[in-house]
Amino acid sequence: MSKVLASRARQVTRAGSGGADLDCEKQSVSGSVSQRACTFCGSRVVLYPIADAIHLVHGPIGCAVYTWDIRGALSSGPELHRLSFSTDLRERHVVFGGEKQLEESLLELIERHKPRAAFVYATCIIGVIGDDVEAICRSVAERTGIAVIPVQSEGFQGSKKHGYDAACKALMTLIGTGDTEGITPHSVNLLGDFNLAGEIWIIQEYLRRMGVEVVASLTGDGRVDLIRKAHGAALNLVQCSGSTTAVAKQMQAKYGTPFQKVSYFGIEDMAAALYGIAEHFKDPVMLQKTRELVSEEIAAVLPVVQECRAALEGKRAAIYVGGAFKAISLVKALRLLGMKTVMVGSQTGNPEDYKYLADLCDPGTVIVDDSNPAELSTFLSEERVDLFIGGVKERPLAFKLGVAFCDHNHERKIPLEGFVGMANFALEVRGSVCSPVWQFAPRHQGGADAPAAEPVRAPALVEEVAS
Amino acid sequence: MSGATSITGAASITDGSRAPKGTPVRSVSTTNACRMCMPLGACLAFTGFEGTVPFLHGSQGCATYIRRYLISHFQEPMDIASSSVGEAATVFGGEANLREGIANISRVYEPQMVGVATTCLTETIGEDVGPMLLRIAHPTEGIEAETGIAPPTLVHAPTPSYAGTHADGYQAAVASTVARLAEGGEPSEAVTLLPSIVSTADLRYLREIAAGFSLPVTVLPDYSDRLDGVAVARYERLPSGGATLADVAAAGHAKASVTLGGLVSPGVKLAGEILEKKFSVPAHRLPLPIGIRLTDAFIETLAKLSGREAPEWLTKERGRLVDAYIDGHKHVTERTAVVFGDEDLVLGLCVWLAEIGITPAVCATGGRSGKFAGEIERLAPELIGKITMLDDSDFQMIGELAETIKPDILIGHSKGYPIARKLGVPLVRVGLPIHDRVGAQRTRHLGYRGAHDLFDRVTNALIEQRQDQSPVGYAYM
Repeated sequence: MSKVLASRARQVTRAGSGGADLDCEKQSVSGSVSQRACTFCGSRVVLYPIADAIHLVHGPIGCAVYTWDIRGALSSGPELHRLSFSTDLRERHVVFGGEKQLEESLLELIERHKPRAAFVYATCIIGVIGDDVEAICRSVAERTGIAVIPVQSEGFQGSKKHGYDAACKALMTLIGTGDTEGITPHSVNLLGDFNLAGEIWIIQEYLRRMGVEVVASLTGDGRVDLIRKAHGAALNLVQCSGSTTAVAKQMQAKYGTPFQKVSYFGIEDMAAALYGIAEHFKDPVMLQKTRELVSEEIAAVLPVVQECRAALEGKRAAIYVGGAFKAISLVKALRLLGMKTVMVGSQTGNPEDYKYLADLCDPGTVIVDDSNPAELSTFLSEERVDLFIGGVKERPLAFKLGVAFCDHNHERKIPLEGFVGMANFALEVRGSVCSPVWQFAPRHQGGADAPAAEPVRAPALVEEVAS
Repeated sequence: MSGATSITGAASITDGSRAPKGTPVRSVSTTNACRMCMPLGACLAFTGFEGTVPFLHGSQGCATYIRRYLISHFQEPMDIASSSVGEAATVFGGEANLREGIANISRVYEPQMVGVATTCLTETIGEDVGPMLLRIAHPTEGIEAETGIAPPTLVHAPTPSYAGTHADGYQAAVASTVARLAEGGEPSEAVTLLPSIVSTADLRYLREIAAGFSLPVTVLPDYSDRLDGVAVARYERLPSGGATLADVAAAGHAKASVTLGGLVSPGVKLAGEILEKKFSVPAHRLPLPIGIRLTDAFIETLAKLSGREAPEWLTKERGRLVDAYIDGHKHVTERTAVVFGDEDLVLGLCVWLAEIGITPAVCATGGRSGKFAGEIERLAPELIGKITMLDDSDFQMIGELAETIKPDILIGHSKGYPIARKLGVPLVRVGLPIHDRVGAQRTRHLGYRGAHDLFDRVTNALIEQRQDQSPVGYAYM
């Protein structure tokens, strides 16, 4: 049984148990060793891929250091986003204020790099020391003639989700300021795709083949001037719904732009996304092109998927990722590989996400919100997991226990979106699950401390460790 | 970095007439920092004590960012707790969060010790953590009353990011732990080794060397087992290993302490200083033993403290190292390097490079002890006038200077890779962090064995560079 803190007991359940909704979307429990980051992180990851802007982190050095080029968000042109800029506040700034340091830093960096815009991220102590970031941004914008956009991302404000909202607010200041002339009726914006490993280029190519124009990417391979024109697009496609749905909703309210929630992971969801676009535009030619595209692409990757499935059939998988929408696609993609999801969780899912997951997964599947190493490692052992899908912080838990791992995170170097992404995913999963190294892992040696071969049937999920 | 006018914080030892052209001026802002924040160093240090959970009093992100940074280097689980300070706690104070967090950690991890490091947020709002910990540990009003669990030992290290670097945070955490736990008594025969941030392989080797002198040595802290552990069948929430709390207590009546490195920002105390001041434990202080000269000094100190000669295997290691230097010297002679990283590491590397004939034309650190340049001058006087030293520097400065001097090789952590790539020269990865290669934890820097590894790696990188660029494609030298 997993040791779950009493204050977290309502954040863990099993599919089909008929229990109440997960008590999600709340501040992490102090001392729970949450896998989550903070508000700043949420803002930083959403805006990070805008490649022709400088991203200046206003605060002491840590926040800038830990977000230096850690995302595999590629750019087809400028790469300013890959540099880590900080006002690097010192003791004297904390005492006397950091406004002058911010202003001078902005002027220096704008002069040096000639960006199309500057984002200024307020970190934890900025509000506390009383810097008027908005005023400085306004004054520097006037002096330099570029947009200088404050992002109110003090870490203590809450979870990553609050940071998404702050980022969306920043994006909304750009949207609507560009010229939309010449944009075709069959046009879209791509929201919530960050072009990790060049994934957005795969999606853009599909759309090109369907005859759909992409106006702006928010924010993968993003450009300030294109984001300014985003309100000219006919439809918003929202992936990673947690992070950019706020922009889609605000654009709908302000500019009447409809939006669709999509996922580009897995054959099923990728095809559904493309058909959804074609249906939206009600264009028979586009629909025909989409059918051809989908069948062509599936035919190309299916042999790889089937070959991998032969090796993976019946294996058990666990998923712990940032956003629940991605988790949903992964459950489906794993099914296509013949694998059974026995645990699924996310850092930032909402009640609807978890309900959907509970319906989608087989009865008994562990569903968890805002988990931590102590819980996750127990689930890996007790649910006899063969494959764990997660990010950097989850990887060592899997490896330490002799469990295969698939990186589905910011820094991945292999594109996992699109039909081709499904083939890459299958190969990556097989490469780890079927590696010969596991034969030496203590877990597979049948020693005294190896887990039981057969699981206890639907064991009690949690042992609450406090009343 | 505003306000700084000279390139080095210490008196300039650069011979102005020979200073490279285009020596960069300091920027107001920092681009691509060459350091990490104080809490990261504190978390690393706390991991080197047995049964200890590092705990950051601040917002949730600090713990998570630092975890992922250290996990990517060590490839090991790295659990760091957070008090998850939110808006209300920022306004009204975070004691309730701290208390709940320590109670929760005690429930799930059952630690012997929780090492609490503050962050910029909690330092700026003025949290008085010392008295809070006393209240939390109080027998009737503390967490024991509500949880029934005896509170672990609680240690507090003040580590606001704006006051120093990760190296400072590391030393502050070790010093706080020693100040809290060391106990006086009858002097023992034991010696306390206090290294600055080194690899897990280095820590193991330090113990091996000490054992060679039959010297009972405690390495404080020692994260070699926890951050370079074995594969397991059952997950250990708190992996075994680390300096025991009894070891820390005994440091108060050890025969001596030997600090290896320890260049820190002004105001940061070293554990060795505390042991000397509080318990009169004689404090020795040496640079990190990198290369023959600095290792000889370390070995000599151990010989004196133990009253024994160096063991034969160690003498032979030294002999083989000299032999390797001679065999390879032509490949390295008169070459130039740009070296960057933690102050202690860069200092040691520069002194080592000087002894093999490579000029560390740029020695750069993000540290700001103010002693960096002076120490290089003292330990490798042959470099005076030949090199530029940058303290409190970033990769903007290092990159600009590297482009001007066009070095043959870069030696430093993985964050220098963009510069190496741009210049088309090899990067030999040392120190922390190494995020783009496996084996960071196994990198050896210290002692004769470390110098041997470094010499082979640097020499082979230079050989490979020439070989790859040769139109002939020879396979024989």
